[in-house]
Amino acid sequence: MLALLWLVPAIPFASALALAVLGPRMRARGVAVVGTGSIAISAAISLVIAGTFLGAPPASGAYTQTLWTWIDVGSFRPGIAFYLDALSLVMTVVVTFVSFLIHLYSVEFMRGDEGYSRFFAYMNLFVASMVTLLLADNLLLLYLGWEGVGLCSYLLIGFWYQDAANGLAGRKAFIVTRVGDTAMAVGLFVLFHNLGTLRIQDLMHAAQSQWPAGSSYAIAAAALLLGGAVGKSAQLPLQTWLPDAMAGPTPTSALIHAATMVTAGVYLIARTNVLFTLAPPVQFAVAVVGAATLLMAGFSALTQNDIKRVLAYSTISQIGYMFLALGVGAWGAAIFHFMTHAFFKALLFLAAGIVIEALHHEHNIFRMGGLRTELPVAFWTFLIGGCALAGLPLITAGYFSKDLILWSVANSPAGGMGLLAAGIAGVVLTSFYTFRLIFVVFFGRIETAVSHRPGLAMVVPACILAFLSVVGGFDKASFEALLNTALPHFREAGGGMSEALTSVAAGLAFFAGLLAAWYAYLRNPSLSRAAAGNPAGRLLHRFWFSDWGMDWFYDRLFIRPVVWAASASKADIVDSIYDGLASAAVLCYRILSATETGKLRWYAAWIAGGSVVTLAIVMWL
Amino acid sequence: MFPIREGFMISGALFTLGVIGVLARRNLLFVLMSIEVMLNAAGMAFVVAGARWRQPDGQVMFLFILAMAAAEVSVGLALVLELYHQFKTLDTDAISRMRG
Amino acid sequence: MTIVFYTASAVAIIATILMLTRANAVHALLDLIVSLLAVAVIFFVLGAPFVAALEVIIYAGAIMVLFVFVVMLLNLGEPATRAERALLRPSMWIVPSVFAAILLAEFIWLLVSGDVPPSAVAGIEAKETGMALFGQYLIGVELASMLLLGGLVAAYHLGWRKVPQTEATHVSHP
Repeated sequence: MLALLWLVPAIPFASALALAVLGPRMRARGVAVVGTGSIAISAAISLVIAGTFLGAPPASGAYTQTLWTWIDVGSFRPGIAFYLDALSLVMTVVVTFVSFLIHLYSVEFMRGDEGYSRFFAYMNLFVASMVTLLLADNLLLLYLGWEGVGLCSYLLIGFWYQDAANGLAGRKAFIVTRVGDTAMAVGLFVLFHNLGTLRIQDLMHAAQSQWPAGSSYAIAAAALLLGGAVGKSAQLPLQTWLPDAMAGPTPTSALIHAATMVTAGVYLIARTNVLFTLAPPVQFAVAVVGAATLLMAGFSALTQNDIKRVLAYSTISQIGYMFLALGVGAWGAAIFHFMTHAFFKALLFLAAGIVIEALHHEHNIFRMGGLRTELPVAFWTFLIGGCALAGLPLITAGYFSKDLILWSVANSPAGGMGLLAAGIAGVVLTSFYTFRLIFVVFFGRIETAVSHRPGLAMVVPACILAFLSVVGGFDKASFEALLNTALPHFREAGGGMSEALTSVAAGLAFFAGLLAAWYAYLRNPSLSRAAAGNPAGRLLHRFWFSDWGMDWFYDRLFIRPVVWAASASKADIVDSIYDGLASAAVLCYRILSATETGKLRWYAAWIAGGSVVTLAIVMWL
Repeated sequence: MFPIREGFMISGALFTLGVIGVLARRNLLFVLMSIEVMLNAAGMAFVVAGARWRQPDGQVMFLFILAMAAAEVSVGLALVLELYHQFKTLDTDAISRMRG
Repeated sequence: MTIVFYTASAVAIIATILMLTRANAVHALLDLIVSLLAVAVIFFVLGAPFVAALEVIIYAGAIMVLFVFVVMLLNLGEPATRAERALLRPSMWIVPSVFAAILLAEFIWLLVSGDVPPSAVAGIEAKETGMALFGQYLIGVELASMLLLGGLVAAYHLGWRKVPQTEATHVSHP
């Protein structure tokens, strides 16, 4: 059954092609059947493969399927080949399954939209690219998928392209991630140049045998790959594109900008974990980036008004947790958190989408309110997702995964009290902004009347994801056992904290955030208004609202100089040299042309004058 | 005794007279005649130089100039005839259509 | 001999000046012939009788006859002479004369400053010229003959009176 692996990316790809070519001539129902059906088949195949893989694991712990040789130049022979191990299996199953649910949701959410078939074509292409990225046997194929998901992200952010702001958001996402992608491409060059292959497994073995720990090549390669991961996963300092990416349709935000694509960076680092282990400074940088990002994004999320932007910042923050886990060597914990995050963040976006659609595409949370009774399904699913995000102890998946990360940070030789404190502060923040969102949107007075109630296609995926958000983290032990076949074991440092201690700390942090949100937004709403009202609060609010001024900073640092250089270059300073040459030539032509009078005597006079002068020169020189 | 220096001076004077003719006259026929004068003067300079060095080469060059003058005159006069047929004038200032 | 030389020189220059200032083409031609004959005398004085003879035969004879024929063909009568006289304004001589004067001054300067001896002793026989011409300058002779042939073809081509097209078609399809 494992031989069916190639169908997992191939079916969505074929369906994307079919929709792109035939879509405009198909009826909406046909588009929905093809677009969602292909992902359903893909998800089913991946589940079957997962069953086979778990039932009878391949001897080496991995299954490789080579379809054909892609490029054959000298020793450079990347193939179109897929590599299935526990890591890519988990990722693939989660991606295809969550994609299927979101596609199902989109059938209703996007109904009546002009670009219905276009939307499904993009989404299917995204799934195909994402699965290619996950299953790629070599880094070049991974890069193909990497760029493919970037392309789909760009296309879907600017999906409603009639509004210029959406196009600009798409462009921003594309350009900012391009910075990281360039670093990653250079990283691939470095790896190939030094190790002579791009097959991930060969590469890891070669790196391990040729490079000592802390060698400069390993550090350079790991740092460059980290650049790519930071760009794609919206981590500091390239996180600015993700909040703007919320301009896309809500299912897009759920699928690409929350559940799957943005975690590609996490996957990349986990996949090339050997390199990062060989480069301890870079691995520490991963942890620091993760910790800083989760705190910054958490503070920014506190101040946002747009429901989707709050969720976007929470996504950045949660990926920060994954980076933190990767940085301390808890590879399995990162992937575990990826999985639970995929469930609850997709769920949150789907529930938010229900709310947004019910309120005539209203995004501002302060014009929502009291929706608890009006939209009970949205409320309950959002509440479950929110609890999972914030980490409600013992009954939500998010709690288990985050707790595992915190415990790993506390017990890792690379971790430390600073990182642990950041992680626990992050839990307080997460809990605070999540419940702020829930209290403002679903409690209090009704601000806007509900005009549209969700249909079955929107409710069912949300309920399934809500179920998974609760139970997804229960079987932590077997999940870890599975991942340990593909990833290095977590190395525990002696004398760390016990699991109970970090669990209790995480639980207390959750309740601290919950209480603070309850007090500031339900019990005593004037408090939050007063806090935002005083000058210091207003300044802080504006600072966090603008994402710590990062956009402003980048605008001054990069955009203005480039725009200035472009406008200066538009005046063509350098070209003026050549223009001068041209006009000098034209001037000479004018002068010479003026001497061509057509008068014979004039020419004769010139000849005579010339001979006089020549003779004079001959005489006196 | 052959006056070499004076011979050169006469040829130079004739040459400059030819130059004056070419530059001043507007009638194509007179221009051609002035060119003949210049060619003749140049040939004369060769002959004088040949006499000065006592070499026959000067006279040989004169013969070549003679042949060239004959060819030049035949073509030039044919052109004069053709131009007169087309423009009904020999004024070089009037025949100035080839301008830049 | 010296008197003959200076006389011939004076005649040549005066005849040339007269040629330049004539309005009537036939008069100018006659002046030019006089000038050429005077130059032939100079050649004779310089001890080059062969070129003197050629000067008379070819320049004064053949080439000038060509000119005369063309003047006849053009049929330039009294009106043309009058029109030509109208073109001959005093002012038009100024610039060419300045040029020519500078040129002449340069020639004379070169002659005076150079090591040109005032006189030479012996003449050159026609035989010597012939030997050189058909000896070392044989290629030059051949080239000159080609040049003359080219002149012949060009003159023939230019002088060819084209039959008007309409007449030709009329003749071929009566």
